[in-house]
Amino acid sequence: MEGLSPWVIFFASIFTGNILLVYFLGMCSFLSVSKQVKTSLGLGLAVIFVLTITSALNYLVYYYILEPLNIEYLRFIAFIIVIASAVQLLEMIIERFSEPLYLNLGIFLPLITVNCAILGVSLFMVIRQYTFIQSVLFGAGSGIGWMLAILAMAGIRQRINEDRIPPALRGPGIALVISGIMAMAFIGFSGIVQIQ
Amino acid sequence: MILKILITTAAMSGISGILAMLLVIAERYLANYGECNIIINDEKELKVTGGATLLSTLGSNKIFLPSACGGRGSCAYCKCKVLEGVGQLLPTEEPLLTKSEIKDNVRLACQVKVKQDMKIEIPEELFNIKEYLAQVELIKDLTHDIKLLRLKLVEPDEIKFKSGQYIQLHSKPYDDVKESVSRAYSISSSSSQHNYVDLMVRLMPDGIMTSWVFKHLKQNDKVKFVGPMGDFYLREGDGEMIFIAGGSGMAPMVSLLHEILTKKIDRKVTYFFGAVTKKDLFYLDEMKEFEKKIQNFSFVPALSHPESDDQWSGETGLITEPLEKYLKQIETADVQGYLCGSPGMINACVEILKKYGIPGERTFFDPFA
Repeated sequence: MEGLSPWVIFFASIFTGNILLVYFLGMCSFLSVSKQVKTSLGLGLAVIFVLTITSALNYLVYYYILEPLNIEYLRFIAFIIVIASAVQLLEMIIERFSEPLYLNLGIFLPLITVNCAILGVSLFMVIRQYTFIQSVLFGAGSGIGWMLAILAMAGIRQRINEDRIPPALRGPGIALVISGIMAMAFIGFSGIVQIQ
Repeated sequence: MILKILITTAAMSGISGILAMLLVIAERYLANYGECNIIINDEKELKVTGGATLLSTLGSNKIFLPSACGGRGSCAYCKCKVLEGVGQLLPTEEPLLTKSEIKDNVRLACQVKVKQDMKIEIPEELFNIKEYLAQVELIKDLTHDIKLLRLKLVEPDEIKFKSGQYIQLHSKPYDDVKESVSRAYSISSSSSQHNYVDLMVRLMPDGIMTSWVFKHLKQNDKVKFVGPMGDFYLREGDGEMIFIAGGSGMAPMVSLLHEILTKKIDRKVTYFFGAVTKKDLFYLDEMKEFEKKIQNFSFVPALSHPESDDQWSGETGLITEPLEKYLKQIETADVQGYLCGSPGMINACVEILKKYGIPGERTFFDPFA
């Protein structure tokens, strides 16, 4: 992957390889927190922050500790520990500096720890053999893509709030149908640039 | 092979260790809010270290808001007005506050954290709540699972309380329990006794506090408690008073009866007491004394599961049954209900009182959760 420009990876991870709508990672917070645009925005920003930081940290941990020692098979555990601490750190920082964000986000922060999109990005980064710069931009791009998807979802859900949805489909049901349709719409981007 | 295992272990511990260190440093510098001023009722000013909850910060400065649940955000006793220096309402407070309380800036002190200078308002009488050092004068069995505890006051050596109020007893660490916990117990002694308080402690399976009282507390031991607190006391009125209690719920009723006796209150009192078997009954002699001395007082014990050798001729069934039987016969227009016991018992009895025309405004109890 040496030759690929980091910016290509950045834009590709937002649109053509959207972590949520193409790989369907990070679904649980996507479904539970996408009821209001305001809270979705907060969660989305937190995911961008955590993804950017953790992909950088995990890159260092993988290539400077795990690989030289030949213990790559422990990457799952190592990545999870790094992610969990980063999320905790983020929680303390938010609590200190932004009260409203803490209120709207505080209860959802533990959700980010177990958000598989975050572990997924770190694992993709290893599989696709990105360089450091590529990894960081891939993390940031995936975060922005995730936020884009959840914001669109929250906007749609706010609008359909008043609609007459069949009882059986209310809540997560209609949300899954909508995310399926959104995923199909995102296929439209796939011709622009391809990363694997 | 062994080298590989060692390297692997060292690497993983190293990663975890460094991250843990980072978190500790962050905790030290990020979660540290420095010195804050708290102004209470526009008169008293406290200098405190920020970071902890308002309830515990006030507590460490000897101002005690009532709290029956110990800061878990379930009893909502620690309500106070926070006028300045606090953020928005937290999701944990919202369900426990009414709309008008939210409008009046009422908050739960156990959920609000001190992060900057604050201005708060608390009821005047809470300034009376103090921390007392006391000595165990007497500890004796009332039944197989209820103990009477008499605490003689040492510092300060006098307490003033309304009969029916409760105190919060603080346990000491013992065995594997490293922390001190606090639990609410109603005072059973007369409010005219200022030198000691009596408590009735019922053994709870695996209860941190009750195991301590039952296994470790001895005569002459020193204990700490905070009080008095609570809105459970005799109300004005002319009509009959119905007392309903179960188990250690006996305690505040005894104190109320002492008050009725000393103040010569001339009202009819009927006391329904629920127990499982005869060995759960206690204070029968004391109740006979009260029946003799208080003209209009009658004591009605009921056993829910009398054993065959109990030779029980009194009321049987849950306490709700004799209560309902009694309510059917009387005029309930001015009747007041005073309850103390398990939440289940209280809820069931409040329903029955309501059914027979005694609404919530005339039933009184402290919901310890």
